[in-house]
Amino acid sequence: MSDATVSTSKNAGQNQSADSRAVTFRGGGFAPKPHRWVGFAVFVVLIVLAEWGTRTGWISALTLPRPSDVLDTFLELYDSGLLFKHLGLSLSRLVVGAAIGASVGISVGVLIGLFSYFRSGLVPLVAAIFPIPKIALLPLFVIWFGIGEGSKYALIAFGTFTPTVVATYGAVDNVDRTLIRMGQSFGLSWWSIVRKIVLPGAMPGILSGLRISLAIAIILLVAAEMLGAEFGIGAYILEAGSLYDLERLFVGVVILSLLGVLVSAIIGAIERHLLGWRT
Amino acid sequence: MDIRLDGISHSYDTFEVMRDISLDIPAGQIVCIVGPSGCGKSTLLRFIGGLERPQQGRVLQIGAPPEGSLNPLTYIFQDFALLPWRSVAGNVSLVLEDHGIRGAAAKTIIDDVLARTKLTDFARALPKQLSGGMKQRVAIARALAVNPAVMLMDEPLSALDAQTRELLMDDLVDLWSRQPFTAVYVTHNLAEAVRLGHKVVVLSRRPGQIREVVHIDKPLSAREFGDADLDRHQKYLWQLMRDEARAADAELIHV
Repeated sequence: MSDATVSTSKNAGQNQSADSRAVTFRGGGFAPKPHRWVGFAVFVVLIVLAEWGTRTGWISALTLPRPSDVLDTFLELYDSGLLFKHLGLSLSRLVVGAAIGASVGISVGVLIGLFSYFRSGLVPLVAAIFPIPKIALLPLFVIWFGIGEGSKYALIAFGTFTPTVVATYGAVDNVDRTLIRMGQSFGLSWWSIVRKIVLPGAMPGILSGLRISLAIAIILLVAAEMLGAEFGIGAYILEAGSLYDLERLFVGVVILSLLGVLVSAIIGAIERHLLGWRT
Repeated sequence: MDIRLDGISHSYDTFEVMRDISLDIPAGQIVCIVGPSGCGKSTLLRFIGGLERPQQGRVLQIGAPPEGSLNPLTYIFQDFALLPWRSVAGNVSLVLEDHGIRGAAAKTIIDDVLARTKLTDFARALPKQLSGGMKQRVAIARALAVNPAVMLMDEPLSALDAQTRELLMDDLVDLWSRQPFTAVYVTHNLAEAVRLGHKVVVLSRRPGQIREVVHIDKPLSAREFGDADLDRHQKYLWQLMRDEARAADAELIHV
């Protein structure tokens, strides 16, 4: 082996042309790395493009509001003091609804993951309610929980619940069975195995499920504020939409987007904190 | 505490995996079980530790486990089975917590077993930072922590490279020489079997039956890498197994 290396390197040094050439590199790729500033640049380019287009008249004012006007509208909203009223109410609906939906979802998901009867009984039920557009049930929730906050919590909770259940029982299924056998072989109690082996093992799957279900919760926030809400980001957007006030519509939409980015960043931070053990 | 297997037979549906296995595992000895693949070695080990039930026959514990044994029948797995989210010390602590051993009492035990397996400096490392050999030493430390009466070792060195395997065999011999333990050691590697076994049980191919029990009298500490005596035993074992292994290899797998 070493002989061969010596002779080739000698060859390469003396006469490179005599049918010796470097091996073509064909590996690499398929390993995306994060470049934080690229994502930021995409936003900046899009906004600058929209601003330039609307100013030159290349994009008509009816097609897209001018970004600087949207910013002005946002500042107006901020100055009027209504921003935090909208935001506060919406956030409380989001937090309460998503917390109920996610916690019930995780519990039911773990039960489905662990017990045959729960699995056989509930998996078809979850499959049946997953595709229902939850917005369609808003009138029902209004009857059940009243026109006040109750129906809004219920709608968001219900929408978060189904994707969380599916992600959780999938994650529990994927917990390494040899770890569970290990726990049993050391005589760990059932509850210890669930708490110390199953739940931490399912955590990566549960958290990536939460990313999806919390995004759905933000989507449903607007739907929840369709009926009987005076304040809230969703109510603000719906009102602007019905008046075709595109600037205000976009202010609301941008706030929801930022909310989405924030939620995703929080989950990312939790993942880094809890899942540092992953290779 | 001794273990006695009494007429164990087992089949999955109509598929017979082992037939009438009777065997004594005396305290303080390492009994190696070798056999061609699919002969039910690992299944037998699961019967001994109570993770699975044989259809016929019984596994008996004779005598009481030693004083202070938290988990008399303790496994060491081929793939280590460490919790990746717990540190080395945390993985050992896992098996103590359920017995109400925490704080200072737990620390004493953990320090002791980590010292015995030469892991003291790595107490706070996560499994992902450790090599395969180190992971298996953690698993051995965890097993020692519950002060087992019998260690059930399921191909513990099979996932390791040849050099690490030699090192760990030396470690196991050291551990045994300092404080003899009882072990059932399942392996397909005959070199491990003759190095560590006081008794080597050769199983036939499926349905697994005991072909022969080979006793190796040379003390563990006197056995060395490339020992002529051991080579003789190893050759003999291979003769016993070769045809079985070839036939087992050619069999279709029924799943």
